[in-house]
Amino acid sequence: MSVILVYVEAHDGVVAPASLETLAGARQLADGSGGSVEALILAADPAPLVSQIVGADRILAVAHPSLAAYLPEAHQAVLVETVKARKPDLLLLANSYVGLDLAASTAIATDRPVVSYCMAVALAGDVLTTTNQVYGGKIEAIAETKLPAVAAVNPGTFQGTAAARPQVETIRLDAPAALGNLASSFVEALKEESGDVDITQQERLVSVGRGIGDADNIAIAQALAKALGAEVSASRPVVDAGWMPKSRQVGKSGHKVKPKLYVAVGISGAPEHLQGMRDAGFITAINSDAKAPIFDVAQIGTTCDLFDLLPALTERLNTRNA
Amino acid sequence: MHIVAVVRLVPDLLEEIQVNEQGTDIDREWIGVKLCEFDDHALEEAVLIKEATGASVTALGLAVEGIDRVLQSAVARGADRAVKIDCGEANLDSRAMAKLLSEALPQLKADLVLAGVQTPEDLFGQLVPFLGALMGRPHASGVTGAQVEGSAVHIQQEYGAGRAARLKLTLPAVLGVQSASQPPRYVSGTKLRQAIQGTKIETLSLTADPASSGTVKEMRRPARGQGAEMIDGEAEEVAGKIYEALASRGLLGGK
Repeated sequence: MSVILVYVEAHDGVVAPASLETLAGARQLADGSGGSVEALILAADPAPLVSQIVGADRILAVAHPSLAAYLPEAHQAVLVETVKARKPDLLLLANSYVGLDLAASTAIATDRPVVSYCMAVALAGDVLTTTNQVYGGKIEAIAETKLPAVAAVNPGTFQGTAAARPQVETIRLDAPAALGNLASSFVEALKEESGDVDITQQERLVSVGRGIGDADNIAIAQALAKALGAEVSASRPVVDAGWMPKSRQVGKSGHKVKPKLYVAVGISGAPEHLQGMRDAGFITAINSDAKAPIFDVAQIGTTCDLFDLLPALTERLNTRNA
Repeated sequence: MHIVAVVRLVPDLLEEIQVNEQGTDIDREWIGVKLCEFDDHALEEAVLIKEATGASVTALGLAVEGIDRVLQSAVARGADRAVKIDCGEANLDSRAMAKLLSEALPQLKADLVLAGVQTPEDLFGQLVPFLGALMGRPHASGVTGAQVEGSAVHIQQEYGAGRAARLKLTLPAVLGVQSASQPPRYVSGTKLRQAIQGTKIETLSLTADPASSGTVKEMRRPARGQGAEMIDGEAEEVAGKIYEALASRGLLGGK
């Protein structure tokens, strides 16, 4: 009988949707293997989070003032102590930025293997079999990892929310002594500089990726956006290069958008980008690589050279507009 | 104050990635490699801290084909030293590399280690959290800026959807950089040539231990879903078809 421990991520007193998905997945795995699910919540006051947990047999709650805001060192200390004490067969985390901090570090501190970027997870005996996205989503790996193990699961892997369990036990765990002697501290939450446009509220987006080549070339995407009645957004490399402001970034490290129309220009479709736009109503992809993952989520696509196509499409639209 | 910036060569994802004959790894025979883009940002942040504080920067990489040019380029961008670790292995996963670095870093006496937040090959975990935990140092991933003040580093850590926080980590610390405070700088050909001629690359010889990770049973191209309806032709023809596709669905905005 396997025990699956789920690390629950929460922000401002709300359990992250990715953690609710992970709980639902843990529930499926536990039901399939006759096991049980434990959910670990960390907060200054865990009470408001307890009621949001669905799918666990037991809730493990750790309360400490240093857990009021997310601090990697503090959360790692609690997670490591919990894994050592509870000895779960499998520790599941959402593969978020927080998951990046905690999955591999907890694996080292508890001497377990870790497997990341999971998009399918199965348990059989003492072997965890996963399908994992690697190489920017161009390749998937089937990996076998021996339990006990740690797995970081991509958002969207598990669908829905688990059914509530009839009797859920809440266990208060003592905070580890390490929380009184941390080498790091939370300073302040940062608000993103509000941009001129909220891309999450747009009906149409023309989104530029690395394929646009240069900051000066964004003008042709802006011209298309104007003709379409759209705003321009961007993938991470374009923002990291300083060509577009962060407020316009789509994807895991940017914003999740759901416009009626999303025109992806020179975007290959790395998993982190797809996380932010795959629910768009209609996706048009323009990319020179016919094998780019963006074409998997798009309704229509072309490998036509964007530097020829964008002006042609803009002209076609402007002809209509005239 | 001494900063080590880790530089790794990774497959160039702009090229076609093939699976090897055994179907258990990518075909590394012909694939082009490039500096991991996140390591590129980590190096930039290291140089920015150097410029702000007078710290020294060492660029550190595994002794693999192509690393000399990456290290020379790092020096051209502002690194003071270039060191490569010769461990006889070209393909270490991040866990094994972290183990190796945890042995190399005490020799280099690093106060701050910067590396990219992830690589395209981190199936069995990422370098920075491995290294932080192995060395018992505070660490953070998703870092988008770092400023050293006295014996601490102040960082910006992002969580997506516009959320981020400022944290303070006492040195020594390990940071996984998502993006530098400024885009990586351009290096002129002249500077690069000077670095190629003038850089003495030091070598550390260490033995790598295999990491206790899972096993890859298969690598393959993802099964394609229905996928996009592809439109071929000259630009004007394709533009016309896209226009019709959008117009017929009522998706056109503007006037």
